[in-house]
Amino acid sequence: MAEKLTFNTPFVDKKEILRYMGCKTPDDNILSLLEECLSEAIPTLSYAVSYSVYPIKYKKDISSNGLLKHLSDSDEIIIFAATIGVGIDRLISKYSRISPTKAVAFQAIGAERIEALCDAFCEEMKKKYGCITNRFSPGYSDWDIKDQKLIISVTDATKNLGICLNDSFLMSPSKSVTAVVGIKNTETEEKNSCESCDNAGCIYRREI
Amino acid sequence: MNLREFLKENRVYLDGGMGTLLQAKGLKPGELPERWNITHPDIIKDIHKAYFEAGSNIVCANTFGANPLKFSDDELSEIISAAIKNAKDAIAETGNSENKFVALDMGSLGKLLKPLGDLSFEDAVSAFSKTVNLGAKYGADLVFIETMNDSYETKAALLAAKENCDLPVFVSNAYGEDGKLMTGATPSAMVALAEGMGADAVGTNCSLGPAEMKNIVSELLSVASIPVILKPNAGLPVTVDGKTVFKVGAKEFADEMIEYAKSGVRLLGGCCGTTPDYIKETVDATKDFPVVPLTDKNLTVISSYSHTVSFGEKAVLIGERINPTGKKRFKQALIENDIDYILREGVSQQEKGVDVLDVNVGLPEIDEVKMLETTVFELQSVTDLPLQIDTSDPVAMEKALRIYNGKAMINSVNGKEESMKAVFPLVKKYGGLVVALTLDENGIPATAEGRVKIAEKIIATAKEYGIAKKDIIFDTLAMAVSADKNAAEVTLSSLKTIKETLGCHTSLGVSNISFGLPERDAVNSIFFSLALENGLSAAIMNPHSKDMMKTYHSFNALKGLDDNFTDYISFVTENKEETGKTPVKTEENNNDLQYAIIKGFKEKSATITEELLKTTDGMEIVKEKIIPALDIVGKGFEEKTIYLPQLLMSAESAKSAFEVIKKKMLSEEKTGENKGTIVIATVKGDIHDIGKNIVKLLLENYGFDVIDLGKDVPPEVIVQTAIEKNARLVGLSALMTTTVPAMEETIKQLREKHSSCKVVVGGAVLTKDYADSIGADKYAKDAMESVRYAEEIFRK
Repeated sequence: MAEKLTFNTPFVDKKEILRYMGCKTPDDNILSLLEECLSEAIPTLSYAVSYSVYPIKYKKDISSNGLLKHLSDSDEIIIFAATIGVGIDRLISKYSRISPTKAVAFQAIGAERIEALCDAFCEEMKKKYGCITNRFSPGYSDWDIKDQKLIISVTDATKNLGICLNDSFLMSPSKSVTAVVGIKNTETEEKNSCESCDNAGCIYRREI
Repeated sequence: MNLREFLKENRVYLDGGMGTLLQAKGLKPGELPERWNITHPDIIKDIHKAYFEAGSNIVCANTFGANPLKFSDDELSEIISAAIKNAKDAIAETGNSENKFVALDMGSLGKLLKPLGDLSFEDAVSAFSKTVNLGAKYGADLVFIETMNDSYETKAALLAAKENCDLPVFVSNAYGEDGKLMTGATPSAMVALAEGMGADAVGTNCSLGPAEMKNIVSELLSVASIPVILKPNAGLPVTVDGKTVFKVGAKEFADEMIEYAKSGVRLLGGCCGTTPDYIKETVDATKDFPVVPLTDKNLTVISSYSHTVSFGEKAVLIGERINPTGKKRFKQALIENDIDYILREGVSQQEKGVDVLDVNVGLPEIDEVKMLETTVFELQSVTDLPLQIDTSDPVAMEKALRIYNGKAMINSVNGKEESMKAVFPLVKKYGGLVVALTLDENGIPATAEGRVKIAEKIIATAKEYGIAKKDIIFDTLAMAVSADKNAAEVTLSSLKTIKETLGCHTSLGVSNISFGLPERDAVNSIFFSLALENGLSAAIMNPHSKDMMKTYHSFNALKGLDDNFTDYISFVTENKEETGKTPVKTEENNNDLQYAIIKGFKEKSATITEELLKTTDGMEIVKEKIIPALDIVGKGFEEKTIYLPQLLMSAESAKSAFEVIKKKMLSEEKTGENKGTIVIATVKGDIHDIGKNIVKLLLENYGFDVIDLGKDVPPEVIVQTAIEKNARLVGLSALMTTTVPAMEETIKQLREKHSSCKVVVGGAVLTKDYADSIGADKYAKDAMESVRYAEEIFRK
């Protein structure tokens, strides 16, 4: 059984949204579009996480080497599923029919919002459990995306959050995350996700 | 006693949690509890027995997740048979079987329905139907649909229950802390849907503890005419020392339930974390309070997937624009299957403030059944307004009512035997508020008395079908006053009589009154205010008419229906901005179309185009202004001097300019240039379509005829359409590694059956190498590259 947490609106990082829009230096027109979309999106969002804490009993049962490496310093893990709900999906699907520009903006807002929710949740976990690793999700590295199903099951995500999987292991609501963080035995600094990625020419890369 | 009889006079006790008890007995995370019916029948039976001994009248058999998406047909049958037997055995062993019942428990299929997810409504109905048939076969006393957090899936389950058995059906939903279902429905909306379809009880369970459910339950009680169900969790679960526990104890739980019983909740039980103790405490705490009798709330109400619209106080505005009558551009859109145009008509009426959208897509040249179904489905993904299904074809009406996510308005029935025979069974089955026209075999009576008489006949006949007066709204037919000077008077006086003496709500297609006259808006709006004064409850009207909207808002303000004049003032303010706006940004004053498109000024582009069309030919504007602007922007995008959102804003501006030109050309019976036909789709299994829609927008800008098949499209459909339309190019989009195989399969089938066409692919996970390896002709890294490739292909 898992616990459900709800959060108030986490801080909105507009720079981050523009990064997801592929638009690092926006003009006034884009900025006012962003404001318009934000004020339409924010009231439709909800921020909820469902999580469980598990001891790692048998490391050999973990099929992914990447995940194993990620959890090398942990004996306990927090498994969670997070979502900002279907409101953003409705907006994306509505505007992709009537204004693709706005659809792109809502898409970016959703991406920033779900990450902000995961950050807020991990902050809570830090307070509760001390030092924790970055998030690691099915589909990262060599971890099979099919394990998404397992996470959804152990976090009661379908019942608690309404997250469903389709046959391609895609989640609905689309702005949802399933992930694992390790509770670390020793305190060490974690790199941010762009720093640890090799794709230097990526248009979405954060300035370091 | 028969359960329906028992429910009439008694408070009914339900059972409590099952999952938590099974976990305590050793059910592992991820293990399917339904299998325990077969492997651990004694444990299941003992839990049921404990609930009956605690005082439950109804227990839910352990079939929550027993559906064909999780189990094979054989196993499903075995599980449901065993589950019901376990519960029946529990009754036999506890003795005194009077007033003890076994429910076939049906929870979510674990999949979200289209358009938010990938399961079609009819597939959901089929899945639930299998479970219902087995439940009825093995002797369940009722069907209990519970913990649903989506109105659409609830409707699918309820429809399956109603179509496959005659057992009582209970509907209970899991609301969030915001008091709504995950997909948006309020308790009132769920009551409208469930009552409309003939559920025997409606309510809420799971998610929250008893203390957090007060608002939800009081809303349910205030609108439901059928018994209300309440099954809270034992509070909200919290994690203590790595374990999840429920906070609220049995006694505290029962104390909270007292108020609910007193305020009229008729079915009490518990959900997650509750045990037989909780039920026993609840029974002991509440059994001595008198049972609150049920009352008919007599509400006339319709609903969408999110909210209700009720009739009675302020007049309900029904937007009339989704209708081809007298609209060339709309007819063209229907013929071209241009659903996006229809959707924009819906959204723009919502922006103008209508409460309901009338949907009429009947045209002799097209397949209305299919078009109405598609339009209703698609409209529900762009608007949360309730819809009025407007068709004279009962087959089209039924299809649309099935897939409608809520309780619809149905337009229309009339006093003819044939009409009532066709429409009333649909109203009864799917629920709905039916518009009844006061005409019959003898036509439209010339007098008010004649029209009222027909109304009386309609009410009486509806009653025979089990349809209450509150679910009929009368249209007394506004006829052209230019043809008969008394037309308005007769319509108004029959309206008044029906409202006052028959006690029914009324609706009018207001605009008909001025047919054949000049300055129609003036006549319409005065007639509208007269009708409102005579008690009109709803108007089918054009919300883009300022005169009509002024009349509506002024009337409400004068009649004390607009507190603090909020609506009136905001209406006036918005319209002032539109007309008397002083330009702020000087660059927006530049009246060059090319400049407006490059800058991405959408409305400006349309108004400049309208001006230009007075002196310039449409095709010349396209060649001289629009295409050069698009080229500049496209080049900038390729050179990375402008970003995707800017490219899109320009593309949308160009589109709005094209739209104006298209309308003008249609009115002159001319057709535009078409460079060639391209079929595009997001492949099967993938529900992302922003990228594909961007490509579509740009291709259309460049003059291609784009057939957009949408998302999650099976290979066969893409191939068949490509052949039918003789498309020389097919564009495919896939966003995930798991859906690229579907792309590969589509290409393979295209090569086999339509080898003359080229295939361009794109999407987040694709690379050139990947595209080559699955046999695509071209990998386009972005939308502009798709356009360039299309131009190359069609130049040849």
